[in-house]
Amino acid sequence: MEKYNIVIIGGGPAGLAAASAAYDEGERSILILERDKELGGILNQCIHNGFGLHTFKEELTGPEYAKRFIDQVVEKKIEYRLNTMVMDISPERVVTAMNRTDGLFSVEAGAVILAMGCRERSRGALNIPGYRPAGIYSAGTAQRLVNMEGYMPGREVVILGSGDIGLIMARRMTLEGAKVKVVAELMPYSGGLKRNIVQCLDDYGIPLKLSHTVVDIEGRERVTGVTIAEVDSHNKPIPGTEEYYSCDTLLLSVGLLPENELSKTAGVELSRVTSGPTVNEQLETSVPGIFACGNVLHVHDLVDYVSEEAAMAGRNAAKFVRGEVPEDRSKELPIHVEGGPRYTVPCTIDPAKLPEQLTVRFRVGSVMKDRYVCLYLDGERVLRRRRQIMAPGEMEELVFKKSMFEAHPDVRDITIRVEEA
Amino acid sequence: MEVRNLICINCPMGCPLTVTLDGDEVVSVTGNTCPRGAEYGRKEVTNPTRIVTSSVVLRNAQNGAKTVSVKTASDIPKGKIFDVVKALKDVAVDAPVHIGDVIVENAAGTGVPVIATREVL
Repeated sequence: MEKYNIVIIGGGPAGLAAASAAYDEGERSILILERDKELGGILNQCIHNGFGLHTFKEELTGPEYAKRFIDQVVEKKIEYRLNTMVMDISPERVVTAMNRTDGLFSVEAGAVILAMGCRERSRGALNIPGYRPAGIYSAGTAQRLVNMEGYMPGREVVILGSGDIGLIMARRMTLEGAKVKVVAELMPYSGGLKRNIVQCLDDYGIPLKLSHTVVDIEGRERVTGVTIAEVDSHNKPIPGTEEYYSCDTLLLSVGLLPENELSKTAGVELSRVTSGPTVNEQLETSVPGIFACGNVLHVHDLVDYVSEEAAMAGRNAAKFVRGEVPEDRSKELPIHVEGGPRYTVPCTIDPAKLPEQLTVRFRVGSVMKDRYVCLYLDGERVLRRRRQIMAPGEMEELVFKKSMFEAHPDVRDITIRVEEA
Repeated sequence: MEVRNLICINCPMGCPLTVTLDGDEVVSVTGNTCPRGAEYGRKEVTNPTRIVTSSVVLRNAQNGAKTVSVKTASDIPKGKIFDVVKALKDVAVDAPVHIGDVIVENAAGTGVPVIATREVL
């Protein structure tokens, strides 16, 4: 059987950054497995700008951002296989994959980095009543058709969900001559970034209807119209608020789900909140030697943070392979959350294994204004950061310093608490 | 004095900006966390601009790619966005294309070139 010290599942932004960072950490035996015909992942179809301001201090488009990392991988001569589908990962880190040249093959990995990304929630998951005609697309499918295949999915469009891809596609289809009539969002707040509301909807006069959902889809062969209605505080449609929009296309931008089928075959424990693996401060999953990063771990808003997180997973995987990380995981403490955050990544910490700084990321469950995000160790506040506004659509972070934990050598309780300012 | 509240679109932080105007003169920009925000606030109330991204038809690509993504090399006046997209409608280029290759020299009279954002061999 082939052997590599690190096998990375996925050649998108997370996999590329993990590979490059593992190389910089001194690791030379690295293999990336990618199912598409090219590296770069979803960035290839994200042709809009706004990527890389944190990482490169310039505003790049998706393909440009991807190219920076692909170039690093190529320069470092890191091995990768395209058109390769991973079928199974065992708890002993044997990765089984297949492609047209090698057939079915297995690779023994010193460490595995999960970097499979996420996929879009589909109509089937929403229980929208009505017919099932042609003309209903996920926003990402429409993005691929317009940007890469050169097809327009439709002319008159209604968008359900205000996720970033839906907002980006509202602008993109408007520019290509379509009429985007309305964006309906079930929640009382947008699921996308504020800047995308401004530059994708407001710039083009596209209305955003919060607390609204699609209650009927019409059309037998092709969508001819949809009905949207306002919902109450329990997300139930309010009778009498129905509005009919004639259209030939319905785009769904209703959330992204980490793609963890392979993680499950390896026995990796998943979080019920994020649907991604539960990881410790090394970004190591419940299965020793299997690490996770990027959208397979939790869905990000910014690729810059994916790259940062993935680089950390890459470095830690390299250290794991060299045996530099003590195997004992019995000292891991959970990070508790109070007052707003729904989860944290990582979700456990062994204080003795902390790096100088550790970025802990989380999302809140509702829109909150004027708050402090605080870190408490055994009830003592060691960190307090002010936030003017926090929203579920925007990921938050808190930077833990090793020194904070050194001042509390016997810490038993770690809590992130959001407090009113 | 006129006060306008904006959301900065330079990066995904989306800082809430408050721009104070005296007639056409910008008196102050607050709420920004970086210099780009101040510049955006100033520009947005006087001469709003955007970078435009799109894709154009590609021929003879080795990997079968049918389009190549493009952008305006710098921001252009907001009112010219549709003209720029229209100018790209019938553009077709041959592979290979490299990042930064000029696809259209002077897009819709803005004086700004449209350049490729992707390498396709």
